[in-house]
Amino acid sequence: MSIRTEEMILNVGPQHPSTHGVFRIAIKIDGEIIQEATPVIGYLHRGTEKLVEDLSYTQVVPYTDRLDYLNAMTNNVAWVHTVEKLMGVEVPDRAEYIRIICMELNRVASHLVWWGTFLLDIGALSPFIYAFRDREIILDLFTKICGQRLTYSYMSIGGVRFDAPTGWLEEVEEAVKVLRENIAEYDTLVTGNEIFQYRTKGVGVITKEQAIDWGLSGPVARASGVDFDIRRDDKYSIYDRFQFDVPVRQAGDVWAKYEVRLEEMRQSLRIVEQACRQIKDAGPDIQGKVPRIIKPPAGELYRRVEGSKGELGVHLISDGTAKPYRVKLRRPSFVNCQILPEILKGESIANLIAIFGGLDVVLGEVDA
Amino acid sequence: MSQEVLNLIIDKVKSIAGPDAIIDSKLNFDIPYVVLDSSSWTTDLANMLKQDDALQFDFLCFVSGVDYKEHMEVVYQLHSLNKDQYIMLKIKTSRENPSVISVASVWGTADWHEREAYDLLGIDFVGHPNLTRILLEDDWEGHPLRKDYNIDKETLGLD
Repeated sequence: MSIRTEEMILNVGPQHPSTHGVFRIAIKIDGEIIQEATPVIGYLHRGTEKLVEDLSYTQVVPYTDRLDYLNAMTNNVAWVHTVEKLMGVEVPDRAEYIRIICMELNRVASHLVWWGTFLLDIGALSPFIYAFRDREIILDLFTKICGQRLTYSYMSIGGVRFDAPTGWLEEVEEAVKVLRENIAEYDTLVTGNEIFQYRTKGVGVITKEQAIDWGLSGPVARASGVDFDIRRDDKYSIYDRFQFDVPVRQAGDVWAKYEVRLEEMRQSLRIVEQACRQIKDAGPDIQGKVPRIIKPPAGELYRRVEGSKGELGVHLISDGTAKPYRVKLRRPSFVNCQILPEILKGESIANLIAIFGGLDVVLGEVDA
Repeated sequence: MSQEVLNLIIDKVKSIAGPDAIIDSKLNFDIPYVVLDSSSWTTDLANMLKQDDALQFDFLCFVSGVDYKEHMEVVYQLHSLNKDQYIMLKIKTSRENPSVISVASVWGTADWHEREAYDLLGIDFVGHPNLTRILLEDDWEGHPLRKDYNIDKETLGLD
């Protein structure tokens, strides 16, 4: 006797709790197997690229906060770094060190949100509390240095907006110690859990060839064996002064992405630790020499930084006036999202959330 | 080193697209920068950039469009992971009927990028499997990133 099955169309989102924002994916299922998946985006489109054409170069910074709002420090740097390169502005050492500390702490905070919510999505509730407890340590540090918890606007063209308050660097060093212990705790809490491993191992496999073809970057690509990290291979800022490893896994499944992100947090803390030591030898300046009205020479440039989601790039075209002529933001979440139809095909519907969660997509960045 | 890559690219492009294909070429911040006309930009050329042993541009960083008021350009930033080299490629096309071939069959990632450029600038990517709006609603009028786009709030119904 055969069972007759019918194809069914199912809409996941736009308000599905696991999408952490407004994202819709229309899937065709036959029984429990996904036949076709179509992501629908644009619900959060604010037209950032158009809006910035009518702003001065300094005014663009707050708009970058709102792209990937879990990683605003790095977004700020992506923008100011591109403008600095186009203008040939030198950034003082102290500002560079503070930038690195903030960016790496922000990467940890962003991965923590991923870690907590990803586990929440696949049914483990308590890790979320641990992750947000630890993220709070980092957000407190950010509040002390720039007064903001989420949208920092902390980077200025040529440096950083405020110097670190007295005792802040010592607090950072202390926080690194606490975070390192807590992250070790995550292994005993989750990593060894057999049910969790069953849910993630061999699920949503992305091959190395697929990863390169679809332009994937960041932890998602590194979990598929692409040994590339912009911090190490296309240097910006002062990353050449630090010792750190770039974790790479070959499996390409959700488990590999989990391992890569967990290890990346440890490596980021390593960088922060070294930066806190080295900054003591840097001079007191936090702001390089820039004209009062910023007018980069006519020209164009593409520069990128390693965001927590992947390659975050800015293609900037200047016509020599005080407003950018055209800005293209290369948002890693937008690009990483694109592979979904390919990897969801043939998967069970129960794996949909685990696979989507594994990509670590932030909708503010997908839609820009 | 970048200069050698640039010379190599120029030679290879000329051998496929003819001697007059290149409008402009230079080193821009130490990265090869090549401008072509849309008539000489073909999938053969794109495939060559990706597969040639000396070039191996396997990673497409982004595709974007620029409205220069007199004409339009499509920008491709390519990166070779094996060779650690880069190229910024620009394809010049007309403003009235901006049309460029689609490279979604060469680099998968071009798919959404081309849809985005179509959505925001109205550039037609010939041969794209599904060239529809991606960020804006399907019934949106106009293409916002064009320089002559009306941004009056009242006519847009936003005020």
